[in-house]
Amino acid sequence: MSIEWKDYAPGEFFDELFSAEGCPREPAEALISYLESFSDEDINSRKIAAESTIKEMGVSFTVYTEGGNIDRAWPFDILPRVISKTQWDKTAAGLKQRLKALNLFIDDLYHDQKILKDGIVPEFVLKQSVNYRKECEGFSPRFGVWAHICGTDLVRDGDGQFYVLEDNLRVPSGVSYMLENRSIMKRVIPEVFEKVNIAPVGDYPEHLFDTLAELSPRDIAKPVVVVLTPGIFNSAYFEHAFLAQRMGAELVEGSDLVVLEDECVYMKTIAGLERVDVIYRRIDDMFLDPEVFHPESVLGVPGLMRAWRAGNVALANAPGAGVADDKVVYAFVPQIIKYYLDEEPLIPNVETYLCYDDVQRQHVLANLDKLVVKPANESGGYGMLIGPHSTKKERETFAELIKANPRNYIAQPTLALSTAPTLVGKNKVEPRHLDLRPFVLQARDSYVTTGGLTRVAMKKGSLVVNSSQGGGSKDTWIVDTGAGKD
Amino acid sequence: MLSKVAERIYWSARYLERVESTARLLSIYDKLLFDLPRRVNLGWYNLIVINSLEDDFNDRYSNRDERNVVKFLIGDDTNPCSIVNSLKYIRENIRTTRDVVPADTWEMVNELSMFVQEHQAQGINRSNRHEFLETIIKSCQQIVGLLFVNMMRDEGWDMLRLGQNLERADMATRNLDAAIAAMMQVEDDEYAVNSRQIIWGNMLRSLNADQQFRRTMRSSIRGVPVVTFMMGDEQFPRAISYCLNQIVARCHHLPKGEAVVERTLAIKQEVEKYLGAEEFGAAFREDLNELQGSLSEVHGLIQKTWFLSDQ
Repeated sequence: MSIEWKDYAPGEFFDELFSAEGCPREPAEALISYLESFSDEDINSRKIAAESTIKEMGVSFTVYTEGGNIDRAWPFDILPRVISKTQWDKTAAGLKQRLKALNLFIDDLYHDQKILKDGIVPEFVLKQSVNYRKECEGFSPRFGVWAHICGTDLVRDGDGQFYVLEDNLRVPSGVSYMLENRSIMKRVIPEVFEKVNIAPVGDYPEHLFDTLAELSPRDIAKPVVVVLTPGIFNSAYFEHAFLAQRMGAELVEGSDLVVLEDECVYMKTIAGLERVDVIYRRIDDMFLDPEVFHPESVLGVPGLMRAWRAGNVALANAPGAGVADDKVVYAFVPQIIKYYLDEEPLIPNVETYLCYDDVQRQHVLANLDKLVVKPANESGGYGMLIGPHSTKKERETFAELIKANPRNYIAQPTLALSTAPTLVGKNKVEPRHLDLRPFVLQARDSYVTTGGLTRVAMKKGSLVVNSSQGGGSKDTWIVDTGAGKD
Repeated sequence: MLSKVAERIYWSARYLERVESTARLLSIYDKLLFDLPRRVNLGWYNLIVINSLEDDFNDRYSNRDERNVVKFLIGDDTNPCSIVNSLKYIRENIRTTRDVVPADTWEMVNELSMFVQEHQAQGINRSNRHEFLETIIKSCQQIVGLLFVNMMRDEGWDMLRLGQNLERADMATRNLDAAIAAMMQVEDDEYAVNSRQIIWGNMLRSLNADQQFRRTMRSSIRGVPVVTFMMGDEQFPRAISYCLNQIVARCHHLPKGEAVVERTLAIKQEVEKYLGAEEFGAAFREDLNELQGSLSEVHGLIQKTWFLSDQ
């Protein structure tokens, strides 16, 4: 006996693979027909193979608990999520458009602030932003780009339309898992790759390296690019090491770097000091330079901001880029795109209520049981209220929080997140909710990953996809059917 | 190369060598027990003394029997040099140098680490011990082989070879010490000659050195030629002189290596003094101890020259 795909019921949500019971969508047809030939044993043995591959490859992430940090194996579902190339090409164009506008916005904020003067974005948004860095005012990074690497969270609603849920412009992570997911799949079901026209994802590190190298302040053939990590105890350390390795860049910690009187950054090597041109930093702004930010930070490099301002080293993402990574700014992105590019946004935002506005706040407070409330500057799904799944007490707590600091909260309707068939228990397939995080690069040109990291809420009915909170992931296939249908 | 990365590669190589050597040392004793007459009372605790782990062991156990010694050397959390702990350090070091070692190193280290964690009990019980230790030794060789075939011959390679050879030289002194300690327990009776040959023979075999010994020394297996071979041979990769030569060669390849070269060459001269000796008895164990001290000075110099990050 094998999985009864005929009986798979996509449910009331948009399902990525099935348009109706027993009806796979076109890009998924070849996959499903192939999987139909699998026996129970086949499925099970592939699942076990995936698990042991993950363990052997050491794909892990760190969960912080009171009892210490635990390195967990990466939770992975072997059934991929499939998107048609036609659909993806449109989405990719929208992602480039969005990052281009956000970079113009950031650059404007640190220079003339025209968008505020023209009243498109209210001035207080900037004044109260915790990610605005006065230290960056007047600085002009190369190509005018501040956010070189962006992880954009996309969701698909009941109508199948992609929406942007969040822009991550500080130190977005997850791209290594996207790449590892693909290598796991190639080991686990190699046959399918022969039959289906799946776009490769493996060139991301090359594009990342090129993007970083373009930022080099010295015009030399081989600029020295390093990845700056907070160290092995960071939850994304696996990814820092992974990307450094794939790019052939040095993986450094703050203590490996030093800024000398010439305001250049050097790394400590066995032969002495060697100049560094580009730093892909994976530590937050506030820890970058104890001279300027947290004085007690040992993760950063004293003098780094001086070297950056002097134009002797490039930082990606630039300090202060996070000012646009704010859920209040998010609400204005459609206007931001129109203002700078004079274009209509290709990917819409999710409807967002801003709690600072009296009318919108009243609506939010009256509908807490239906809405999702998020703080403006948290990531990783922490500090959220998911209305329909909340208790009365939680709602009361959030009502107080919102009233105390309305500027810090936004609310969105609970989305009917799309689903995809996911293996649950032994050889049973049920729909589970998912989102998608593609990665967008920008320096001289722009680049978007082919697909991205699909995160899936493994618990039935759950909408929380974060790996720190019980989420898993799937490989994401961009499939060219040649027919041009979604 | 980053100083920190150099240090991590150096330690990975040392620990990798230590895992293999510890497995080999255990198998020397294991095999001796099969071969020696029952009346020779071989003390497992010798293995603790040889590795200078008396304090750690006695903090943990009061009974110095086989089970506790083997358990301590294989899987004990409180023993910093246990196989399990050494693998943990290798894993952490490789994990933080994944960008310079061949990509598969991480997977292989990870696999070995998981194997040892899951099968520790096999090593503690004598019936499956041989197979368990063999698997560890083979996996170590597989990893070393991977590095040998795939690693860039840059400073990373130099650091790897420094760590590997220093640890090997140190372990060779400890292996010799183990054999001499066992000799001390052989009573002077009709079985003595036979027992001595068994002890030295097993030591050589456990180092994969017996064939090379015979060809080089053209001698039967007796104490003096075995010690002379293990101390002075310049072709056999586990002999002390060979290891010292390698350290010198790697230093010539590295920037600022002069101090390490000088100290290493001085040790080599010391080693050469023993090569004409007619007997290696209890007093030689003291000399081996001193040699270990000198090797640890070389380690200190390596650290001072290349790793200290406050340049």
